[in-house]
Amino acid sequence: MSLLQIENLSLSIAGYPVLKDIDLEIQPGEVLGLVGESGSGKSMTALTVMQLLPELARAKGRVVFDGIDILSAPEEAMCRLRGDDLGMVFQEPMTALNPVKTIGEQVAEGIRWHTGANRPDAEARTRAILERVGLPEARFPLSRYPHELSGGQRQRVVIAIACALKPKLLIADEPTTALDVVLQAQFLDLLRDLVEENRMGLLLISHDLAVVADMADRVTVMRHGAVMESGPTANVLSQQKHPYTRQLAEASTHVPARARPQEADGERRQTPLLTVSSVTRDYPGRRRGLFSRPEPFRAVDNVSFSLMPGHAVALVGRSGCGKSTLARMILALDTPTSGEIRLDGEALGGKSEHELRHARRNMQVVFQDPYGSFNPRHQVERLVAEPLHLLDQKPSASERRERVAEALESVGLTAGDMRKYPHEFSGGQRQRISIARAIITRPKLIVADEPVSALDVSIRAQVLDLFADLNKRLDLTYLFITHDLTVARAITDEVMVMHEGRIVENGPTATVLRHPESEAAQALVNAAPDLERAISARLARQHI
Amino acid sequence: MTPDAPAPEAPPERHFLQAALANRSFVIGLVITAIVAAMALLSFVWTPYDITHLVVADRMKDLSIAHPLGTDHLGRDILSMIMIGARNSIAVAIVAVGIGMGLGVPLGTWAAARGGLVDEILMRFNDLVFAFPALLSAIMITAIFGPGAINAIIAIGIFNVPVFARVARAGALSIWPREFILAARAAGKSKTLITIEHILPNIVALLLVQGTIQFALGILAEAGLSYLGLGAQPPMPSWGRMLFEAQTRMMIAPHLAIFPGLAIVITVLGLNLLGDGLRDLLDPRLRRER
Repeated sequence: MSLLQIENLSLSIAGYPVLKDIDLEIQPGEVLGLVGESGSGKSMTALTVMQLLPELARAKGRVVFDGIDILSAPEEAMCRLRGDDLGMVFQEPMTALNPVKTIGEQVAEGIRWHTGANRPDAEARTRAILERVGLPEARFPLSRYPHELSGGQRQRVVIAIACALKPKLLIADEPTTALDVVLQAQFLDLLRDLVEENRMGLLLISHDLAVVADMADRVTVMRHGAVMESGPTANVLSQQKHPYTRQLAEASTHVPARARPQEADGERRQTPLLTVSSVTRDYPGRRRGLFSRPEPFRAVDNVSFSLMPGHAVALVGRSGCGKSTLARMILALDTPTSGEIRLDGEALGGKSEHELRHARRNMQVVFQDPYGSFNPRHQVERLVAEPLHLLDQKPSASERRERVAEALESVGLTAGDMRKYPHEFSGGQRQRISIARAIITRPKLIVADEPVSALDVSIRAQVLDLFADLNKRLDLTYLFITHDLTVARAITDEVMVMHEGRIVENGPTATVLRHPESEAAQALVNAAPDLERAISARLARQHI
Repeated sequence: MTPDAPAPEAPPERHFLQAALANRSFVIGLVITAIVAAMALLSFVWTPYDITHLVVADRMKDLSIAHPLGTDHLGRDILSMIMIGARNSIAVAIVAVGIGMGLGVPLGTWAAARGGLVDEILMRFNDLVFAFPALLSAIMITAIFGPGAINAIIAIGIFNVPVFARVARAGALSIWPREFILAARAAGKSKTLITIEHILPNIVALLLVQGTIQFALGILAEAGLSYLGLGAQPPMPSWGRMLFEAQTRMMIAPHLAIFPGLAIVITVLGLNLLGDGLRDLLDPRLRRER
């Protein structure tokens, strides 16, 4: 008998159809990958199984978990199931834990509630499960609070909560999106081990085909609330019979066509556009006592490099390695503790906002979060026109509109979008608006901080194409900050690997990623999920 | 879920009116406040009786058709006095809130924008002002500079400054780390310009709600000062002084105290309900739960 069986599940929320005739099946000890772009209904399917749907949701069909008909089960029965036989891991480790409770309390809570265990017993079991997920007593006592842990460690606490009672089915909804590749690899290993140990079923929801190919025994591809294709992972992903599966696979390995910058060598190309020389940034550390001086925290440690005009360079590293701090200093949004940054020969340090205008005109920024990077109360015209403030001569209203229209058109939007508000656009479109804002002053350098990591694979491919296209058309120089090596591989000529504040390796992208020399680079390359490698590994295992 | 579908939420403006009408405390608060304001405005052109005209023969009359709320010890019509008193109370509260916002919001947003030492000094100074009970200090100010409506306004206004400074600073601090502020800084905008263009529109809701609360407190403070004889001076009627004058006659003519008291209570209640309703309406998280 299968552990979870979903038959003809249809779901509507407030009258809007969300899911259409979903069929799914998970056996004990099996990993089912659920892939699809955002809005395809992956999360809603998971929430239906958990019966954590919004109030106005109406589900039809059959959902049977472990012999229990979930759709007709009363809330009390569901309360007994959730957290006991049914565990769930959410995407965002920052918000999935209660910040005012210790990790021990949060793990023990579920154990005590479901088993009625007394405090010492629950604590002992909590200790054991935290130990199991890689948070040993010595370094992570139960009395730790979530804010004292890193993102990866918090996600381990979340999985400890979900797995404390050895659930029969674990649902993991994009569990690694908020983690860097090395943490992601460790976390996926942990999940895999837990599945094997307890013969647990795992419903792994992800938009990352490579992760699913690596983890799942079977895969179900969803789109627009319906199942497109399902079957054994190796077959589905290697044969790619369904056009949509093929489209997803192509998007996730997409490499935009780019001209080699070296070919267009001119005299101008000899002088670097940006030089960073021995830049260091210290942050004041936490004060430990009234009289002891706090030890400063060195976020960026003696970094030097230069960027040639027209090149696209990736700055890769794990989260917290100092990439974003370095980017902020390059953008003159933060001042180095020591060292110097020059853009086009002009030093950025020690200048007033007014003196920086010229430099600012020549460098602009694209941020990661397509939602947070716009003032929600402004229309697109005003948002995109913001950097025009840097021009010495303020353009007239009609001139301004013209330039905004031009910028919007060059990123693939229309002039008519000017009158809309940011919430009227999808994530991919917002990222285009963000790029339009960055290119409106016709800058030479664009710093992009994880510009595609919040986007779906298919959208990601389009945005990368746009970056490549603009590189050629507007003669832009890029500094891409990312932890995702596929992005680096797709769009950059050179790569710099950053680790604990230092640049530990640099060179042409292809060389560094094929033969990483430093330990940090090797860790990144080995941890990066790779679709082709995962598929061939799976096929090889099948043939044995 | 990774974000890609357009956000399902409608723009806040479109459903604002609908939501506002469904919010009971907002509607009741708005109606009460509107009635009080209308009364005050009406008193400029018409009151049932001329209150500078004393008819001693009609003194301390009970409620009647001619005098719906009775008359006071000098034969003045209480309804007319409450109407004119509303004018006084509202004027004092508006100007006091204006002083508080006008000084407090720039100080608070400046402290948030600059941070460091400026922030520290401003906020400690704020704490210092907070440390004095507002009404006592207002009494001190009016005692030094002499009683009168203007001095009462200034005294109440000064104690509104730290309240607004603190609210504005807290609101601004939560907006500063957002990415669109970074983008604006990368666009070379000065901190002042960023504060005006990006910070203020995002904290206006907070300030509005605090404004209604301070407005209610201002009316109470004005009544308190007038009760002590430190607010508006005779013959200008004020709710606080009406209470004071009624005090010695409570046993003979309780209506002299009841009506001005009710006027204060109802106005403050109306403003508090309005503030509550506004807070719920302007906070999208609370709105969704309703």
